[in-house]
Amino acid sequence: MDQFFLYSAVALTIIIAIPVVRVVKGPTVFDRLLATNAIATKTIVLICLIGYIFNRIDMFIDITLAYAILGFIGSLVIAKYVSSPRLKRGEHD
Amino acid sequence: MIDIQSIITIILVVLGIIFMAAGSIGMLRLPDFYSRTHAVSMSDMLGIIFVIFGLVIYEGFTQSSAKLILVIFFIALANPVGTHALARAALKKGINPFFNDKENEESET
Repeated sequence: MDQFFLYSAVALTIIIAIPVVRVVKGPTVFDRLLATNAIATKTIVLICLIGYIFNRIDMFIDITLAYAILGFIGSLVIAKYVSSPRLKRGEHD
Repeated sequence: MIDIQSIITIILVVLGIIFMAAGSIGMLRLPDFYSRTHAVSMSDMLGIIFVIFGLVIYEGFTQSSAKLILVIFFIALANPVGTHALARAALKKGINPFFNDKENEESET
């Protein structure tokens, strides 16, 4: 069972490496943000599998929760920042 | 001899990894931003639910499995909200959806 978690973690790492192509060559900034969001949500599952490989799931699950909350807040804030209208210097509202 | 918990875990984790692979390939091959949001939001969400639910069944009835169910609920709330915020920002910025017509050839990228 330990070997199965190891192999599935390796397969998941290869799957995570695919959207990096979209991060590099995405036409707009939203494609890059979407690809980083996909990478963040898949890394959560990868951290859970690594916790089962090391037999320390009670420690790794807290790291998973913190990572999920940080990734969600980062994605929302960057989306809000990108969609805001552009102001010139010295111009308020 | 493998017990029945491990068999259910193996089936669920493999199914979830297949769904996440479909999401990644769709991320690479779909033609438009708004269609790529489908690949990220839906198939990734289903794959994550399958894999973590398989881990919950492997764990049994402990505190860690309760936290894993909490992770499932949080991702099920957070991932569609984040994708929707990105799509709304793109629509507000004026990125046109992809049509397969002759008239809208300039909006292909």
